[in-house]
Amino acid sequence: MTDATSDPDKIEAPTPDNALRAADAADGPMLAADGTPLKKSLNRALRAQKLRALLLIAPLLIFVLLTFIAPIVDMLFRSVENQIVSETLPRTTRALADFDAGTGEIPGEPVYEAAYYDIFLASERKEHTRLGSRLNYEQTGASSLFRRSGRGLDDIGEVYQDQFEDLDENWDEAEPWAEMMGSPEWLNAQRGWTEEDGAMPEFELREGVAEVLPKTAEFYEIFARFTQVEDEDSPLEEEPWSMVHTALYQDLAAGDVSGYDGPHAEMLQAADELVDSPDFETVSFTDGFEEVDEDWADPEIWNTIKMYAPPYTTGYFLNAVDMEKTVDGPQLRDEDERIYGLLFKRTMFMSMVITFSCIALGYPVAYLLSNLPARSANLLMILVLLPFWTSLLVRTSAWKVMLQQQGVINDVLVWLGLVADDSRLVMINNQFGTIVAMTHILLPFMILPMYSVMSTIPPSFVRAARSLGATNWTAFWRVYFPQSVPGIGAGSILVFILSIGYYITPEIVGGTTGTFISNRIAYHISSSLNWGLAAALGTILLVVVLVLYWAYDRIVGIDNVKLGG
Amino acid sequence: MKLTKTLLATTALTVSAGAVAAQEMADSMTLVSWGGAYQNSQQQAYVVPYLEMHPEVSVTWDESSNEAVAKLRAMNEAGNITWDLVDVVAADAIRLCDEGLAMEYDPEDLLAEGDDGTSAEDDFGDLIVSDCFIPQIVYSTTFGYRTDMVPEGVEPPSDICDVWDLETYPGKRSLEKRPINNMEWALLCDGVAKEDVYDVLETEEGQDQALAKLDEIKDDVIWWSAGADTPQLLADGEVFMGSTYNGRLFSLIEEQDQPVGMMWDAQVFDLDGWIIPEGLGDAELARVKDFVKFATDTQRLADQAAYISYGPARDSSAPLVGQHAELGIDMAPHMPTDPDNSQNTFVYNYEFWADYRDDIDAKFQSWLAQ
Repeated sequence: MTDATSDPDKIEAPTPDNALRAADAADGPMLAADGTPLKKSLNRALRAQKLRALLLIAPLLIFVLLTFIAPIVDMLFRSVENQIVSETLPRTTRALADFDAGTGEIPGEPVYEAAYYDIFLASERKEHTRLGSRLNYEQTGASSLFRRSGRGLDDIGEVYQDQFEDLDENWDEAEPWAEMMGSPEWLNAQRGWTEEDGAMPEFELREGVAEVLPKTAEFYEIFARFTQVEDEDSPLEEEPWSMVHTALYQDLAAGDVSGYDGPHAEMLQAADELVDSPDFETVSFTDGFEEVDEDWADPEIWNTIKMYAPPYTTGYFLNAVDMEKTVDGPQLRDEDERIYGLLFKRTMFMSMVITFSCIALGYPVAYLLSNLPARSANLLMILVLLPFWTSLLVRTSAWKVMLQQQGVINDVLVWLGLVADDSRLVMINNQFGTIVAMTHILLPFMILPMYSVMSTIPPSFVRAARSLGATNWTAFWRVYFPQSVPGIGAGSILVFILSIGYYITPEIVGGTTGTFISNRIAYHISSSLNWGLAAALGTILLVVVLVLYWAYDRIVGIDNVKLGG
Repeated sequence: MKLTKTLLATTALTVSAGAVAAQEMADSMTLVSWGGAYQNSQQQAYVVPYLEMHPEVSVTWDESSNEAVAKLRAMNEAGNITWDLVDVVAADAIRLCDEGLAMEYDPEDLLAEGDDGTSAEDDFGDLIVSDCFIPQIVYSTTFGYRTDMVPEGVEPPSDICDVWDLETYPGKRSLEKRPINNMEWALLCDGVAKEDVYDVLETEEGQDQALAKLDEIKDDVIWWSAGADTPQLLADGEVFMGSTYNGRLFSLIEEQDQPVGMMWDAQVFDLDGWIIPEGLGDAELARVKDFVKFATDTQRLADQAAYISYGPARDSSAPLVGQHAELGIDMAPHMPTDPDNSQNTFVYNYEFWADYRDDIDAKFQSWLAQ
């Protein structure tokens, strides 16, 4: 190749690469027939070729990306995703920005006010319980706290609603509200609307009302849109939520409404006077919340909300390594709550034991397979493959029948007199059971790559070694074995990676000491619905496997792995 | 000629069907249940008679109730709900309702009133534990024991604390691999009064107390995770006594004739029922509502008890419970709600476990793994 660059004439079979180098080496740019530099035109030709190749594999590439890579990335992404808090409680998370968690104090009235509106809206959208479940992973009790509060917060608004109603029944009617808040154009359009028209005319605020009654306008607008879109009802027929009455009280207490000249101005004026009178009953948001549930008067829930307010969190990953977020930063969990570290270590350890037992059991079989005459080798091969064709559950349950205390092996041992009837061996529902069952199940994955490598080793090598005076052992160990190592490597990688992710077999025969990390992942996916934590555990597992693979590559070399001859 | 006739007939059918039902109903339904004897009882008691009335409907079963919560969530995220009616335990129904995956319903509107005229809401009473949950059966988690393994001269176990009495009743126990029920039983046997159990279990000390009590038998326990485990362990003589659902024990004793006895003391009542997934199309929803109204009426719930020993969730169904469809034995004495069996019972506390499940489960699993 070095020759080629120095002397292009010596190239026997010119290739595009060589030509490119040649073009580089030449003094001036070498030109193609049409006058463009050769390098450029060659690149163009190659690009077309590459594009064609890409087009050929495109269907597969897109298929793999869409159905395999994308879901995995999406799942892994859940391990940090945490938008639910800030999306469900937007005002509260903003109000909590200045709140100093960890002082043991509860936040001020503005936070409770924000939380009142947020949770009220969330419960109308039926999202408050979902947030409760999310926060319950971090703070026990959040689930029922939010479930109760969804209904309970009505009590605060009803204090004002009732008083406005007593003053003027129109405050409890849908239409006066709509006339006061809605723009005249919208009112006309909505009045003329019939079901045949399709979608309702979108609610619009009356001009200027937002300046006089800012909060009321904000929440009435949300109410009106929600009624139109979610409930498919007309705001002209639905009286507003009690939350809007609370907002009205706040607006009336804060400012004066003499600037308002729309419909029902005198009704509003009267309400303003009522609010200013000393008899008007009010309730602070803080007290209202405490009334609903005393846990709201505990700083703990606010610390939790504040801690999980950012859209991305490290919380799941901390949980996955037996730590927890606290107001003083990440800390190790109490000793009696740690489990994942132990399970990760156990999974690694047992997967290695299983891999080594597979090597020990599989090597002789593969050796035999590759050295027998074809006919008997085929028969033996069927025996190896037979477990492959049997259901996983059947194989695992069969081991249960074999290994349990009243099982076949124990019965035979008792019958032989090797074991006393009252001290039968415990061989299942523990680590031993898992190792035995999984070794059996994964054995074909070890034997097959070994066999395919061994069958390419020429028998003449060993014969030659022996004829040169090597003992049987030396011939095997110095000549045969080194050539079979790539098969062991391939089998080990397969078995190890498969066993790290196994969960059905450990679940059935593992008892308490033989379960893997995958069993917890499965639990969080299907039972506790804590997909974030499951994703974090899965990510860690994936990283561990990749690191081990990398280490394997450095030590053994991935080139030395052969899956086939 | 033939084609025209068929076409005409079809049109006539459609027109008449349209006239009867105000709303178009889908003519296929996917029901999700637990498989096995339980699903069979639903098939016999609800689906077969319903299909006789509506031969145009086809019903598909999916045995996925075990993973229903996770699967429904995945379906919901994908925006493609393929299930029409899902059988779940009450705790899962609450979870699904909280997550917005199950539809809230109005009992008066959706469910038929009782045969005796009581309104659906009163007939089901407190069993409607969530706005989304349509109760179907009351089952219990209780203990079965090998009658032939009771030591000679000793009374068979009749007290929940006999589970802890390894001296009188040697042999392994099988318990479910989760804290629910086990923690309560442990506290009961550690001297905590029944009404105080959840107050104690709320505290760290209470949780430690329960685990310490379980420690006494930890070495002699086989932990199960599938409902079929304990019946199998009992049948093989692997354990002396074990907890499982009472229907499983019934079929082990009566149908498979195994030397196993029931111990009803401190049985924990739990509920199982339907939920309608959120986000069904109009036609599917109309069909499901029609089916649910039929399948949860007084007679249908009583009929189910002829196939499996779970108590009907309606008060008005209880007097109608008859005999087993094949064995011909009276079913009433095998119901968890039978007065003889329910002298000392415990009711699953849904709200407590919705809050504490994750927390206590972490402790429990950590304790198990040590």
